[in-house]
This record gives sequence, structure tokens and C-alpha cells, in this order.
Amino acid sequence: MAGIAAWGAYAPRLRLSRKAVTEANAWVAPNLKAKGKGERSMANWDEDALTMAVEAARDALGPADDRSHIDALYFASTTAPFADRLNAGIVSAALTLEKSIRASDVTGSQRCGLTALGQALVSGGTALVAVGEHRKARAASAQELDFGDGAAAFVVTEGAGAAELLGRGSVTDDFVDHFRGDDGGFDHYWEERWIRDEGIVKLVPPAIQRALEVAGLSPSDIDHFCFPSTFAGMAASLAKTIGIRPEAVRDNLAAVMGEAGCAHGPIMLAHALEEAKVGETILVAQFGQGAEALVFRATGQGQRPARGVTGALADRQEETNYLKFLTFNGLIEWDKGMRAEKDNKTALTTLYRNEDMILGLVGGRCRETGVVQFPRTRISVAPNNPAVDTQEPYRFAERKASVLSYSADYLTFSMNPPNHYGMIVFEGGGRIMMDITDVAPGDVETGLPVRMVFRIKDVDEKRGFVRYFWKAAPDRAAIAAQTAQAAE
Amino acid sequence: MPQGIRDKVAILGMGCSKFGERWDAGPDDLMVEAYLEAMQDAGVEPTQLDAAWFSTHIDEIGSGKGGTPLSIALRLPNIAVTRVENFCASGSEAFRGAVYAVAAGAADIALAVGVEKLKDTGYGGLPAGNPGTLNPQVMPNGSAPGNFAQLASAYRAKHGVSKDDLKRAIAHVSVKSHANGAKNPKAHLRKPITVDQALNAPMIAEPLGLFDCCGVSDGAAAAIVTTPEIARSLGKRNLTTVKALQLSVSNGYESQYNGWDGSHFHTARIAAGKAYKEAGIERPREQISMMEVHDCFSITELVTMEDLFISPEGQGWRDVLDGFYDADGGVPCQIDGGLKCFGHPIGASGLRMLYEMYLQLQGRAGERQLSDPVFGMTHNLGGAPASNVCSVAIIGREDA
Repeated sequence: MAGIAAWGAYAPRLRLSRKAVTEANAWVAPNLKAKGKGERSMANWDEDALTMAVEAARDALGPADDRSHIDALYFASTTAPFADRLNAGIVSAALTLEKSIRASDVTGSQRCGLTALGQALVSGGTALVAVGEHRKARAASAQELDFGDGAAAFVVTEGAGAAELLGRGSVTDDFVDHFRGDDGGFDHYWEERWIRDEGIVKLVPPAIQRALEVAGLSPSDIDHFCFPSTFAGMAASLAKTIGIRPEAVRDNLAAVMGEAGCAHGPIMLAHALEEAKVGETILVAQFGQGAEALVFRATGQGQRPARGVTGALADRQEETNYLKFLTFNGLIEWDKGMRAEKDNKTALTTLYRNEDMILGLVGGRCRETGVVQFPRTRISVAPNNPAVDTQEPYRFAERKASVLSYSADYLTFSMNPPNHYGMIVFEGGGRIMMDITDVAPGDVETGLPVRMVFRIKDVDEKRGFVRYFWKAAPDRAAIAAQTAQAAE
Repeated sequence: MPQGIRDKVAILGMGCSKFGERWDAGPDDLMVEAYLEAMQDAGVEPTQLDAAWFSTHIDEIGSGKGGTPLSIALRLPNIAVTRVENFCASGSEAFRGAVYAVAAGAADIALAVGVEKLKDTGYGGLPAGNPGTLNPQVMPNGSAPGNFAQLASAYRAKHGVSKDDLKRAIAHVSVKSHANGAKNPKAHLRKPITVDQALNAPMIAEPLGLFDCCGVSDGAAAAIVTTPEIARSLGKRNLTTVKALQLSVSNGYESQYNGWDGSHFHTARIAAGKAYKEAGIERPREQISMMEVHDCFSITELVTMEDLFISPEGQGWRDVLDGFYDADGGVPCQIDGGLKCFGHPIGASGLRMLYEMYLQLQGRAGERQLSDPVFGMTHNLGGAPASNVCSVAIIGREDA
């Protein structure tokens, strides 16, 4: 018996208004006008598949988890930042997982998120599966409107957990509905009718039927059917073909976030877990050179995430500036100014020597005085007791923090000016001068509660190297609690 | 407590180039300009110089590393030249080296020259230096105004000052310096401005607008120092002597330990306390005749008034608005225009501050001359509020 013990999700806070896109593109793509409804999630410039997966994983694990029980890590994405550097290694370092874990990147198809989850479920031990996606699409394309950015994560255990795995089914067939080669980051598609009639309709049902067979269930036993597709009514029509009850077909969130590629099946599964009643069955499947299908039964046990899909979708800010979307996605050559002309080459020796500091936000705590500091140093910063070699590793990432001082800087280069940064002080001690993200002018003031988020620090465009570090973002839950308290 | 430097060293001569956008001049030309004036003032020959200290901060775009740029530009007679660098306090560091060499007896006459050629970058504001390999992986992609602007948010929070009140106070800081700079022919920026202009200028780093930021300038300044005895033997009278030279450097307390509140300079208070003791000054608000402080940004100057113990803590902004630091106020500050208007060629600034204090003490400040000054103080800061080096120097009449 294996199951999902905990789950988490992440959607970037920005939601691009589709109307803003179709209106801007009406002159060149009037055919897309009908798609100008609802909104899609839009990664901030400093978010990618990996950072979003880290946030979803943090949501799944919760702040108190010491993470030593994780034996394996699967990072799944078709938009991972590195082609030859273990992306899961970066996720692992960010989450301060043990060095002894098994870790792998799973990629290559839109179903790779569910493949990673299925693999983890049958491999034994406690595994963390983190799936993130941040697909690029050409300006004025249908994909630009259909896609969304997001992530989901699951903690998989040998026990039943929150959802017990009942069955798994796979189909593998080199049906190329679309592909993305090594030619600049865009998908190339074939005709929709062929994809639907010859691909999805023929290749997905066998995977589902196989999973149901293993589970010993009939299609009508399914209470929640999760199947992402950008084709309108696709899940409902599949359900009808297979014999799944129409009311079991779940909303694919197209209206509120768009489709987050290989993370979308996992996101829909996480959403179903949040809403399933004890004993209900959940079927999730995703198409991609065949299909992957998983069947679960909700147990009512396990750990619910602090945010989950529901919380992530509720934490939103509308973005109507289509040019900002194009800029964040590297689709516009814009004048960054001479200050951006510096070389961002990363010293890999420095990065590795400071791995837990940079990727894990790990500082130090003095064994003798309890004084906490960032970074960890041989001589303690405590003014009255500069003890030598007394520092133990101390994690800052899950600590509550607030702004001591800040500025909104219009002079320095920023992908999203003005660049906000300031001195962040942590409950329990320690402080870090750091970037503040997900804010607009007027949002920041001394005392603002913030939480740590794992983000892109800089991009070395010359060499294709992405640098990651932690930033402060408004702790909107803490702010809401403060506001509620003030109102009382 | 060590003996200190008080009255052991006298200033024999000083010089300062015209500051500004010196499209016409490279670092060599700027150094020569300051040096020739200082040598003429001192009345000595190059062969009488025993050693030299050379300060420059951004060597990548400026004047280069090592002692050779100074020695070659000035054709020094193969004497010792030490290049010093301590952020924006580099000029004070060159002066300290020369003064200590004389006090130690290692040199009879020593030279200090500071220079910076900033306007060869192609854009406004300070050029970006080489940040090393670790800092860019963790530190915010910030700027000098963004770092110093943070003082404002913390000062407002600590003292309960409104955004508008603090913005008006820092506007007054800049209006005052522009009024002073207008009277200084060597200053970079020589146009008076109004409070409204300062309040409504384009935002650089909240809450600092364009007029809250000092000039980014090319320039050089020089000092020649010796013992009071040698100065007298060379025919000098009414000597200006060094009363105190202090430097305090952050050790991570502000940036890594939860003690500092972000609203002031921890190091400035330490350096100022030691400097007053070294100079024998007990009531700085009454005894300091005038000062040049490191007004890289208006908010820096405002909080520095408290850090130097001239204004009571939390009251600096009121003193500023009351005109206490204006040319006709209790302690005139930035009488030469300050970094704000005289300009800020980084490696030269500490020496430029001393140059004005020296001219005032010698009664040679022209239109800006204050009546009968006794002690002049300079405050020269490098780095950022959370991590910095702070130099405080006091010079004065030998008999004071």
C-alpha cells in the first residue's frame, strides 16, 4: 500500500487578464478574440518551474517539517532551467533535504508530472515529488492564452496517507501532437482535430481503463475525474466515452489560471484532494506520447496544506499590462540601460562552498549564547561574546520575519522596477539585507510581515546560468491576521 | 587611551581641483591641479617630500591600482607612495597615513592626494564596482541611494516622524547646500534650488529624489603635512593643526545582529565620541565652529547631525528645519556646498572636506568665510548604513 501523505500547490500571484492580451493582439490575431475571457497565472520575472516547485514543496511539507524523513526527490518539468545540471539537486538544496536522498529529474512530456508521482508511489520509502512548469509561447498565439504557470508537490509514503493509491495505468506511443526541440523554446503543433480524435481519444482511455482494472473499480465508481486539456469539453467527452459520471468531471481551472503543462494534472489532483470527502475516489490522467493515469481513494487522514490550490488561487493580483508579461517572458528586446551590462558569471566554487547559505538560506546559531546570525561564520557576531567555532547550522527559510528598513530603488537595474530591498529581521534572531519581491510601490513599510521565497536572483544570459537565492515577500496571511486584529 | 594626535601635526598646504564633469581632464590632470596648488601653498619643493599617500576607490574605471599612478603623474622623486582605499572615506585615509607618518617621525613632510575620475562611464550616478564572487549571489541588486534611503524608513519608524515632515527636512538639507555651493567657484553644482524643486524632483530611491543625491564628480584634492616646528621653521604662522583623527569600521553588528535599528550610524557615534575625546572637546554643539559631513544623500546628513552629538537623538530633523546648520546657523554645515554641490569624486572627498575647513581656519574662504572659526570637523563615510567605515577628523587653530 502506498499513498499521498501530504500535498501542496503554487500559482504565481500575478493573473494576466486574457482580455488585455486579445485586445492588444486584435490587429494581428482577431480570431483569438473569443478567448479573451478570464485570466491566466503569470510568473513574476524571478519565478520559473523550479522556484514554483520549491514553493509547492514547502506548502506540502509545512514549516515545521525537518525534512530528514524524505528518502527520494523527483523534480518533474519540461521547462527546467538546466539541461545538464541536476535540477532536483537545486530543489533539494533549497529545501535542505539530506544529502543521502535519491534524486532525479523527470521530463520530456506533458505527462511527466504524473509519471514522477506514479514512479514515486511504486518505489517505496518516503518521496517528495515536485512538479513545476513555466512554458513560453509566442506573442499572439493561442498557447499564450491557454497556458498558465504553476506547480504542485506531493509527499508520498508507504502508508495510505491522505489518499491511497488504488491503481496506475500507462500507455506509451510516439504520438507527436506537439514538440519542442532545442531551437529557442517554443512549441510546434499539429492539427487540433487530429490530436483530439487520433491522439487523446484513442490513447488516454486504455491507460485509464488499466488503472481502474488494477484498482478493481468501474468507471462509474469515480467521484473526481481530473484531466487537463486546452480543448474545450475534452474531459467531459472522454468521461462519456469511458463511462465516468459527468458530475465527476472536475473544473480544469482554465478560467482562473490556465493550463500549467506537466504540472497541471498534479495541480488538478491536489485541488481534488482538497475537496474530496472521505472514501471518495479520484482519477487523474494526463496525455503526452501516450498517457499516465492514477487512481486514489481519499482517506480523510494526512496533512492538509496551509495554502494548497485553493489558497494559491485566492492569493491573486490582476495584471492587465500585456507588455509586462512579454518582458518577463523574454519576448521583447527592451532597453535595460547601461547598468544592466555587467557580466553575471557565477563563481561555481563560491556557490558550492556556500551552498547551504545561498540555496538553503541556512545561517548559524551559537551553541553557547544562542545568538542567531546569517551567514554562519567562525567567529560569532554576538557583540559581547564573539565565541569561536560555536556555530551550528540554523535554517531561516521558514522563520517569520519583518521589514526593518527598505527602499524602492529606481536607479539600479531591475526586471520589475523599482527594485525593492531592505533589512529583514527574523523572529528568533538574525537579519538579512535582501531583495523584496511581489510588491508594488507603496506596499512596503517598516514592520511589514514578510516570508521567505525561493527565487531567481540573476540570469547570466551569456552562459544560460540561472542564479537562485531567497527573497522576502509580503506574508499576506500574517498581514490579514494583523488587519483582522486591528478591526476587533 | 592612547596619547592621540592632537597638535602633533600641522597642515603646511592644501590644494583642490575644480570639481565637476571634467570632460577635459583625466585623473592625472586632476591630481596635478590639486598638487600644484598645495605645493605652492606649502612653499616646498618635490625633493622635500619624504612620502606620499594616494587614495582612489574605483580603480577599474579611474586612476588604477598601486602607487605608480600618483608617482608618475606628479613625477615624484622615487619616494614611497602608498595607495589606500576605504570606500568613500579613502581621502581621509590618505590624510591619516600622511599625518601618522609625520607624527611617527618617519617623514618630515608628507603628501596626501586623493582623486576620482567618475565621468568616464557613460551614465549618471556612481559606476558599479567589482562586487566579488559571493556578494552578487546574495546581496540585493542595489545602489548607493537605495542603501542610504533605508535610513529614512527606519528613522521615521523609530522617531514617529511623518513621511512629509522628513521629506521637508531632507529637502532643507539640500536647499542649504545648494545655497552654499553657489558661492564656491570650485563647486560642481552652483545653482540655488527651492524647497519645491527638491520636493518635486524625480524619485531615485524612495524617499530620495534627484536633489537628495550628491553630485557625481571628477576631482582631486591634496594636503601636505609636517610638524608644527618644521612649519614654523618654514615661516608659517597661525598654524592649523590636527586635533583628532578617528576611524570606526563595522564588524557585522549592524548587518547580522538584531541590535541596530537602521536609523543611524553605529560607527559614526563611536568615531565621534573618540574624536571629541582626542581633541579635548566636551560640548560639541557649542565648541565645533563648522563641519563638513558626508552628505552623500540628504538623509545621511540629517541622521549624522545626531550621530555627531550636535543634535539630540530624534531632534536632528527639527534643527535642520530651524536652520541650525545653515551658513548663518549655530554650526554651519557644508559651507563649501558639501558632497551635494561641491561634488563627490570618491577618493578625493575626505581631503576636499579638510580643504574647506583649512581655508576657513586660515581666513581664506572668500565669500563663504565664517567669522573666527576655531574647530572644523570632517565626517567622511564609506560603504552603506548597515556596513561601513566612518572617519571623523577635527582640525583647528593651534592655540585652541
